[in-house]
Amino acid sequence: MRREPLVLIAAAALVPAAIAARPLTYSAPAETTPAELADAEGELVVNACSTCHSLEYIVTQPRGKGAQFWKDSVAKMVNVYKAPVEPADADAVAAALARKFG
Amino acid sequence: ALATAPVAGVAKTVQLPFGNGTRPLVRFPQKRELILLTTRPPQLETPFEVFNHGLITPNDAFFVRYHLSGLPDAINPATFRLKIGGHVGKPLELSLASLKRDFPVQEIVAVNQCSGNSRGFVEPRVGGGQLGNGAMGNARWRGVPLKALLDKAGLREGARQVTFNGLDNPPLDGIPDFVKALDIDHARDGEVMVAYQMNGQDLPFLNGYPLRLIVPGHYGTSWVKHLDEINVVNAQFDGYWMKTAYRIPDNDCNCLVPGQKPDKTKPIGRFNVRSFVTSHADGARVAARQTVELRGIAFAGGSNIARVLLSTDDGQSWQEARLGEDLGRYSFREWRLGLALQAGAHRIKVRAVTADGEAQPLEQRWQPAGYMRNVVETIRLEVA
Ligand code: HEC
Repeated sequence: MRREPLVLIAAAALVPAAIAARPLTYSAPAETTPAELADAEGELVVNACSTCHSLEYIVTQPRGKGAQFWKDSVAKMVNVYKAPVEPADADAVAAALARKFG
Repeated sequence: ALATAPVAGVAKTVQLPFGNGTRPLVRFPQKRELILLTTRPPQLETPFEVFNHGLITPNDAFFVRYHLSGLPDAINPATFRLKIGGHVGKPLELSLASLKRDFPVQEIVAVNQCSGNSRGFVEPRVGGGQLGNGAMGNARWRGVPLKALLDKAGLREGARQVTFNGLDNPPLDGIPDFVKALDIDHARDGEVMVAYQMNGQDLPFLNGYPLRLIVPGHYGTSWVKHLDEINVVNAQFDGYWMKTAYRIPDNDCNCLVPGQKPDKTKPIGRFNVRSFVTSHADGARVAARQTVELRGIAFAGGSNIARVLLSTDDGQSWQEARLGEDLGRYSFREWRLGLALQAGAHRIKVRAVTADGEAQPLEQRWQPAGYMRNVVETIRLEVA
């Protein structure tokens, strides 16, 4: 016979006597600038690309995907997620990323 | 063995077995040391050894995936409310106490797996979170069937989908909020649930405290965390994370020739079948001509695991493993097989087959977003 994955339990049997009511807090651990972006060329990337997420998003991407991969990535940030990056900066960031990781 | 103390100031790292796969090991609140993908928002992967320690993944080792870095910084269980509204007869605002007191309690053991689990192994490589195999976990979830909540609110004529939103928000206004949807029949199937406990404890913050949606057999993208808004709609929901993101090729294999673009897509849904060796790492050494027990896990998207097969000759012949305890059709299932191997290098493959006859493919299938990897896994054993 197939065993059913669900178990229904009488509610009353399980309600804890007192429900813990202390707020649960979260504070994010400190972020570091990845070594690959710690030079002058990287500074442009750091400034344009760390508003919404940490820079590991960028440096963990596969290497050797070519310049178009980075152009497309930056275009997605600007067009889809409305990254506040000027077109000239966007081009410069894509070029820098292509030089470093392309 | 003697444990080596970490050198002060030098971060511990692990090497995931693909290019650019060096990752720090870090501790986040309520978590043991996990593999860091990103800090903001947090994305953490479970070290693979954990899957050999038991069928249930401990809360402090369970993987973490967020999209949007606007995490709440505090959640007060006394004032938290779950709102159920939209195309319903009677909108509800439920406290956690009411949710636990006034509704049926349901438990289910189910695997949660990231759509992009194992993306780092995809060839040719694709962009996105470069994960190893650790963006999955199996837990015993306790909560309220979604059906009971929807019944209480009362669906109005014409209800088509149900949407789910949580407390995590976009860091800037231009980014679409993370909202997911299920068809009404799926939402009311009695299995989808709103969980307040994971393995007998409150959910850890990073796994969705105080409530998360559980969608058994479906990829984690639907398992909305910090769930505080359920909305019934009378049309197909067209938010970004349903309509544009998390889409898969709508064909028989859900796959494409690498580089190809799909002409038709659909939202990602159920898991395909997978299995892993957990007892031995790739490249492990074992003694020749003595029985070595291999062990691992298998799981699928809702059909029971029927068979797990092992090959020691790179896929030419297959032997059947014994299956372990059955915790339900959404859980990890253990398998074991004793093998006595001749000296030399062996390629061990593991392949699971479901009761519905779905088997893992021998060749990788490719998707542009790197979702749904489930090719038969191969490890090398050095036998001497
Ligand atoms: C306005 C916000 C914003 C800015 C600014 C931004 N990004 Fe993103 N980025 C996002 C979001 C949202 C995601 C998706 C996060 C997720 O799903 O985990 C993302 C994800 C990524 C990814 C992972 C791949 C993917 O598409 O999910 C890469 C690579 C990336 N960003 C690169 C960049 C670069 C390079 C810049 C600077 C030009 C940048 N980002 C600036 C919002 C932004």
